[in-house]
Amino acid sequence: MNTRRLEEEWEDLMRAALTGDPSAYRRLLVSLTPRLRAVARRDCARLGMDQGEAEDVVQEVLLAIHLKRDSWDQTRPFAPWLMTIARNKMIDARRRRGKAATTSIDDFSEVLPAESDEDPTDRLDLDRMIEKLGTRQRDLVRSLSLEGRSVQETARRLDMTEGAVRVALHRALKALATLFREGGQ
Amino acid sequence: MKTDALIDTLVTDLAPTRIGFRRMVTLSLIAGAVVSALVFVLAVHARSDLSAMATSPRLWFKFAVTGSLAIAAFGLAPRLATPGVSARRWAYALLAPVAMALLGVMAECLSAPSAQWMTRLVGNYAVYCLTLIPLLSLGPLIALILALRGGAPENPGLAGAAAGLLASGVGSTIYALHCTDDSPLFVVAWYSLAMATVTLAGFFAGKRWLRW
Repeated sequence: MNTRRLEEEWEDLMRAALTGDPSAYRRLLVSLTPRLRAVARRDCARLGMDQGEAEDVVQEVLLAIHLKRDSWDQTRPFAPWLMTIARNKMIDARRRRGKAATTSIDDFSEVLPAESDEDPTDRLDLDRMIEKLGTRQRDLVRSLSLEGRSVQETARRLDMTEGAVRVALHRALKALATLFREGGQ
Repeated sequence: MKTDALIDTLVTDLAPTRIGFRRMVTLSLIAGAVVSALVFVLAVHARSDLSAMATSPRLWFKFAVTGSLAIAAFGLAPRLATPGVSARRWAYALLAPVAMALLGVMAECLSAPSAQWMTRLVGNYAVYCLTLIPLLSLGPLIALILALRGGAPENPGLAGAAAGLLASGVGSTIYALHCTDDSPLFVVAWYSLAMATVTLAGFFAGKRWLRW
């Protein structure tokens, strides 16, 4: 599929997602992820960052796309919006890494990995961030994401209403985005 | 957490957008302006000679400067908080109020004897100008910063400053209904100082609350 057609498909899916269509939203995020991963890996290589960090950036970008999705102007192309968010998150990651100063840029400058669909299972920043959430939010995120329970089941298990679970999940995602930004401090 | 699990979680959290970002900024600005208008009506009041001054170009000069500044900043602020959108044209639009202010100053200097320049520059109520403009800008500024949190500015401080400029444009337009210091010299000296204060407040508010 050529790039233009792919971008048009993203736009259609995003429009449907903004009206609350979960299957369109899932298809969009699943379609974006390998592209974001390829860009993140290329940039990590270029900036002399560890390849393992690319997946952290991908996850942070997905979280930002989710929380900032309303800011996409539906009359404009989707790709510039997406890439600006991705670039900003890449810069943030780079800046955080700058403080920790790990690798020199020469080590990776020749490595240009191809696009990949595999989902690395390295220990990720996101897991560390989840540990830093409050007890209630942590149980909730674990139940929904790691243990794969539905909202209904989670509500029953944690003795909450479904509405309260949804509100708490949204707050937890915002908190995770903040933790990412602050480097888990 | 694997990325697939994160995607599942994000899909679970999906809710339909009720009010788009741009619309939210507009509605928040209106809400903030209404608060300022109420403060004005209850605590400040319009100048008593407002209707008599309605034909005076000096009064309209003030509205032209503050109003055009508010319009330019209204174009600028949400764009600075929207990823992948250029705000450059609206940044240039800010030159319109600046040019108008300079033309006003030139007209004033040409028409008034130089002995009066200082008196007009100092005016009568600079202290009111410096306190009431920030006061009347506060509601719009808070509302705008809250609305801009829905956006994703590349430069949070700059987006906050644009919100401050917009808020001060609204605040000073309302204040101009009260202010009897009509010289362009006064406007350029004191209005701009008051607006710069609000813009600076917006800058710091943006740095603090618009990061994402």
